[in-house]
Amino acid sequence: MFSLLIFIPLFIVMLVNMPFGGIRKAAFGLALTIAVAQIGFALFAFCAPGNPLAGGHNDILGNFFIFNIGVDNLTLVLLFCIGLTLLVTLLSGRETIIDPRQQFNFVNLLVIALAGLNGIVLVQDIFSLYVFLEIAAVASYILITFQKRLPALEAGFKYLILSAAASVLMLSAVALLLLVAGDTSFPAIKVALKNGAGGFPVKFALGLFVCGFAIKGGLIPFHGWLPDAYTEAPAPVSIFLAGIVTKTLGLYTLIRVVSYLFGPAAYISQILLVVGTLSVVFGAWMALTQNDFKRMLAYSSISQVGYIMLGLSCGPGWGLAGAILHIFNHTVFKSLLFVNAAAVETKTGTRDMDQLAGLSDRMPVTSFTSIIASLSAAGVPPLAGFWSKLLIIIGLWQAGFKIFAVIAILASIITLGYLLSIQRRVFWGKLRAELANVKEAGGGLMFSAVLLAAIAVGFGLAFPFLPTALLNSLSSLLGG
Amino acid sequence: MSHDLNLVLLIILLFAALWTVLSRSLIRAAMGLALSSAVLAIIIFRLGSPLAAVCELSVCAGLIPVLFVSTISLTHPRTQAEKLEHRRGRLKRFIFLPFVALGIGLFLSLLKLPINIPAAVAERTYDVREVIWNARSLDLIGQVIIILAGVFGVVILLKETQKND
Repeated sequence: MFSLLIFIPLFIVMLVNMPFGGIRKAAFGLALTIAVAQIGFALFAFCAPGNPLAGGHNDILGNFFIFNIGVDNLTLVLLFCIGLTLLVTLLSGRETIIDPRQQFNFVNLLVIALAGLNGIVLVQDIFSLYVFLEIAAVASYILITFQKRLPALEAGFKYLILSAAASVLMLSAVALLLLVAGDTSFPAIKVALKNGAGGFPVKFALGLFVCGFAIKGGLIPFHGWLPDAYTEAPAPVSIFLAGIVTKTLGLYTLIRVVSYLFGPAAYISQILLVVGTLSVVFGAWMALTQNDFKRMLAYSSISQVGYIMLGLSCGPGWGLAGAILHIFNHTVFKSLLFVNAAAVETKTGTRDMDQLAGLSDRMPVTSFTSIIASLSAAGVPPLAGFWSKLLIIIGLWQAGFKIFAVIAILASIITLGYLLSIQRRVFWGKLRAELANVKEAGGGLMFSAVLLAAIAVGFGLAFPFLPTALLNSLSSLLGG
Repeated sequence: MSHDLNLVLLIILLFAALWTVLSRSLIRAAMGLALSSAVLAIIIFRLGSPLAAVCELSVCAGLIPVLFVSTISLTHPRTQAEKLEHRRGRLKRFIFLPFVALGIGLFLSLLKLPINIPAAVAERTYDVREVIWNARSLDLIGQVIIILAGVFGVVILLKETQKND
């Protein structure tokens, strides 16, 4: 069944580009339908014990093709996040991209990116992973630049060049692993590495992978492309990039390849710990100094991704469960903040926070949901972000990285500081005269904001009642 | 003798790659890419993978440069002023790169790293149909989607610009 998540987007792109009258108009509806279906599909599989939808024998297309795909709870979390981000991106795009031709192109590129992202989380082969990674990356370059504004073209070009360098590193690492293990499938590589194959070439391949994934994920010191890309991309594309693309391209791949294939090892832990701490501190510090709404959120993303790295550095246990939950939470609150930024930019025509003030009266829903997102990002209880950060900090403490746990807590305070500064500079205070006629954003953006805020609050409130078995299944994912 | 030939091929490959990235004309860069791929195909063939060599030759040295040339034909040629601007100080900022590469090479050779990479195994006699349609069918579908994304990129970024102009 899961292979359909790659095939249906491909089929839809081909269908809506057929030269039949009127079929182009169905593109948005079809894309929205697959986003909702994917959310439902992932939720159903997550709740059903033993993931009955997984496995080649149940695969409808398994009679025609041989697929090397697999599903575990990490995959399902990512599939849910991909579906959710696609849904809010489409709804936001419907409102912010006016030209019908641009909107059609936008939907097509999103659906192509969906096929790539689904492929990345489903495949069980390191070369196939690379192929699907390239699909998502190519679609992302075009999404950033498709409105052909000069700053966006520059940001897209920067992303393209750095991403190409990451691809070279990853492909070289794949070649080294193929030489060492004799195969590219995950199980074969895992067995070969467990049996002591490799030595220096394996460590070298690991280094290449870490650098490649860090570039794709925008981690310090490979983050050069990220602030420009998030800031200059069209508003709905920023939501998509921040919500899921960099997380899947950089973090999921890092978890699957580095933590799962290479397994927990002290030197891997130390690399993740250093990169994670640098990202948490540097991202938060840089966010404090920004005037551009989206640029501040971009640096905030670097910082939050650092938390996920810190959780991963703890190995199997609460830290890992926290890292996976923080991927989910970051998708929710960062998408929400970018939806809020899109609403403000669309209605006021600026992202410069020095030219904004007092919008809470004119845009009450945007203002209220951005407070929820900010508090969740800062880890304020009982919102969802609190629980994942708590698990990460407990994981760090249990692993003996106590000083890093303290740094993570202090960085959370900085996070609260810069996110509250958004509230103060954009939504609170006296309304500027030139903003007197501003109205609340339209239905698509409002629905997205309310949906994401409800998830942030609902998941936070429900978290203490989640079955322990579920958390255990996340915390032991990499142990096998 | 065999190693000498490999060395010569690698040097030709290096110069062809440099020609590709340093060339001012996009068409010449595409030709440089085709030449690089052709030399690479010879190297792959000599390493004992004729199937991979044929793919490299037909796709990377044949099809892709054709796609590049088609795409280049959709762009505007540079004006004289743009050409002059482009020429000015174009390579100055990259002058340090050969020295960095040389430095890294020297540093790595001094480290005497235990590079015990297993020798590449010559291609096994797989049936090409078996490899493409069965063993790597998911990659094949992935490549179809990449080509689709690339086509969209060309149409959106280049073709529509030309139409608007």
